[in-house]
Amino acid sequence: MSLSSIFEIAGSAMTAQSMRLNVVASNMANADSVTSSNGKAYVAKQVVFEAKPISAETPKGVSGVVVQKVIDDPAPMKLVYDPASPYADPKGYVTMPNVNVVEEMTNMISASRSYQANVEVMNTTKALIQRTIALGS
Amino acid sequence: MLNTPCHLFLLGFGSMNSIDKAFAFQEKALALRTYRQQLISSNIANADTPHYNAVDIDFADSMKKALAGITSGLELNKTNERHLSGADTSGINGVKPLYRTVVQPSIDGNTVDNNIEQGQFAENSLNYMSTLTFINGTIQGDGYALRSN
Repeated sequence: MSLSSIFEIAGSAMTAQSMRLNVVASNMANADSVTSSNGKAYVAKQVVFEAKPISAETPKGVSGVVVQKVIDDPAPMKLVYDPASPYADPKGYVTMPNVNVVEEMTNMISASRSYQANVEVMNTTKALIQRTIALGS
Repeated sequence: MLNTPCHLFLLGFGSMNSIDKAFAFQEKALALRTYRQQLISSNIANADTPHYNAVDIDFADSMKKALAGITSGLELNKTNERHLSGADTSGINGVKPLYRTVVQPSIDGNTVDNNIEQGQFAENSLNYMSTLTFINGTIQGDGYALRSN
């Protein structure tokens, strides 16, 4: 029960947001990957956040963030007519990844802003702790 | 035997001495400010968590309760470890976090508004620092009174 638990809270959020940023990077990089190790087109991934108390002793309402799971984006795959492609089906359609580049860009900005907010929280908390340590001097 | 400085020092620990009393108010305020800082940090950390509800405490009300010495409700006798305790041990000093009123509801059920949280965070940080300044004042004032020269 002290200010130092805020480092854990903000730290968990920074880890979670950097995982989200990683997933965004993976989705953006593979926006046009027609095939992968399983022979199918890349499926976009999304992270699911969950609020979790950082320890058993923390008072009520104090919680950090964890990435509960990474899910496959349920959006339908894109079909592109390209009969010349070696991956085209008998009708000439190629299954393309269901990555929505615009959505991923907004996701990226949101993740980086949240990350910054948590860095700010950490800096302020650090200053407060330093002031507390210097009490009486 | 009681006239040694060591015993004089120990005597003060038994009950609340005047130095304890001098710091009691600011100490309670500091503990509540710390708790509030933790809650607001949780809100900022969970700004993107679906179905998370932003929480905060009513500082004035919590301070009143802390000064009145209200810690928790009635304690029940337990004959089995799985019995409910009866007393509300959540929060600190019986202070219960409350849910923030939603200004702009979000589609994923999250009620954190980053602007509000950052504003409250800055405000609480400043108030924490003011409390530290007051404590410093008390330390200096009491130190001056204790020194004979």
